Amino acid sequence: MSDLKTMSPAELDLATLIVNTLTLETTPEDIDPDAALYGEGLGLDSIDILEVALAVSKTYGVKLRADDENNTRIFSSLRTLNDHIQQLKAA
Amino acid sequence: MTMLSTTRLPLIRHGSPDDLFAWHDGRPVTVRGYLAAVRDLARRLPDGGFVLNLCGDRLGFVVGLGAALLRRQVSLLPPNDTPATLRQLEESYPGLVCLTDAGAGYPGMACIEALPPGGLDRLSAAALPFGDDLAFPTDQVAAIAFTSGSTGRPMPQVKSWGTLVRSVHGAGTALDIAGLGSAGLVGTVPHQHMYGLESVALLALQHGLVLHAGRPLFPADIAACLGNFPGRRILVTTPVHLQALLADGTPLPPLDLILCATAPLAPQLAIDAEAKLGAPLHEIYGCSETGQVAVRRTSATADWLCIDGIRLRQDEQGTWASGDFLDGETLLADVIELKSDTRFILHGRSADQVNIAGKRSSLAFLNHHLNSVDGVKDGVFFMPNEGERGTTRLAALVVAPGLNAETLLASLRERIDPIFLPRPLRFVDDLPRNPTGKLPREALLRMLDIPQRD
Repeated sequence: MSDLKTMSPAELDLATLIVNTLTLETTPEDIDPDAALYGEGLGLDSIDILEVALAVSKTYGVKLRADDENNTRIFSSLRTLNDHIQQLKAA
Repeated sequence: MTMLSTTRLPLIRHGSPDDLFAWHDGRPVTVRGYLAAVRDLARRLPDGGFVLNLCGDRLGFVVGLGAALLRRQVSLLPPNDTPATLRQLEESYPGLVCLTDAGAGYPGMACIEALPPGGLDRLSAAALPFGDDLAFPTDQVAAIAFTSGSTGRPMPQVKSWGTLVRSVHGAGTALDIAGLGSAGLVGTVPHQHMYGLESVALLALQHGLVLHAGRPLFPADIAACLGNFPGRRILVTTPVHLQALLADGTPLPPLDLILCATAPLAPQLAIDAEAKLGAPLHEIYGCSETGQVAVRRTSATADWLCIDGIRLRQDEQGTWASGDFLDGETLLADVIELKSDTRFILHGRSADQVNIAGKRSSLAFLNHHLNSVDGVKDGVFFMPNEGERGTTRLAALVVAPGLNAETLLASLRERIDPIFLPRPLRFVDDLPRNPTGKLPREALLRMLDIPQRD
């Protein structure tokens, strides 16, 4: 079994997009794919998430939706966000 | 017992009990349903002086506002819900009760759900009187909003019901809201801040609009919320959300009015927004101390026009706002060029004030918290030069040999709104203080460029 901390190529692409969009001080490889994006973990907030959503829309051609700003399930980790984007792309 | 004024102003201005009041959870809510929920919550509220309205759901929020007024209790509008803020508020207002969304919990706090636990339907069948008893004295204290004081404790801004209502009427007149009938209103801003309280919650209540209970963030969500309304539509938003909407290009249903506030909007962005969204865009200028002060149609003029009843004057300290419905005078935190006592041009914020994505704080407040973290020997927040895109964040230089970024950020997160967390955060051996102990901006910026030690 592979190490869960290892990113898939798609996850690494998304991590790179996030780091570049937000000019974070971390490297894409250092992001824990299962750590929270909001709050602790990567420490993003709703303004960051809005910028990431725009970059995702431009890069992947998919529009993110959340029923409400408080509904942060898809942004709970890099992995859940990537899964969500892949699902939208396949749809 | 204190005698309150005999002048009373109604909670809502909708025409009849069967009018639409809100769009909630994919369903319409009538005025009758709203008033039933207000009375239901008023019955469930324990005796006490203060309710801390933490509802994110806008329907729950305005139900809480109405129920608190009915019980002559004061709604506290927290600047954020960090544990430190809630603790401080509980110390200052003993016995307060938190109003929450369904299923939300705040450990250690007494909580009540604002909306009826059995659902709105359980209540709406009851035949209740329409609105006649739901008018409140102008001098009854309705809400306390908070600004960040330089001492580290939130500073209370007391709002009487009369101040809130008359301010919202003044803005409504300036914006000709009456011409929009019972339009649907979608807001992207929190209603616990003055802008959202006035221009989302109270604008809807006091002008018979239909309030969308959601608070959409992504462009596609904003489009979907607006699409819930069949007729006229108002969008209440900020430059950050507006920029995202335009950049994303998501098509929106036709709009009739766009309101924008929290930070100055570039005129070109306002012109683009009007062209692409097909509706007039008005900016609102105000602050927590005064509420809304002035409006302008940004595509047409750089001049701000005070709303009815507000006047400005200047002295050596700066610009003071006062008004028919305001208590005393307030020193505004911005640099202002007066053209008359009701017309002015805005020239940016005073040096200590910061505004990130619409949230205001002062560097003195943030520095106070940074320097009260255990292990921090010296530290300073400052605004780096603004980048070309996105939202520029604060930077901080910190002398804290025993701390790392993770532990320091965790401590700060407990104390200040996360939007102000430093990015970048640099650990240094000493701050670049000059011989008088001051920190020249150029020296701070230079230290940001020095590679970080590991």
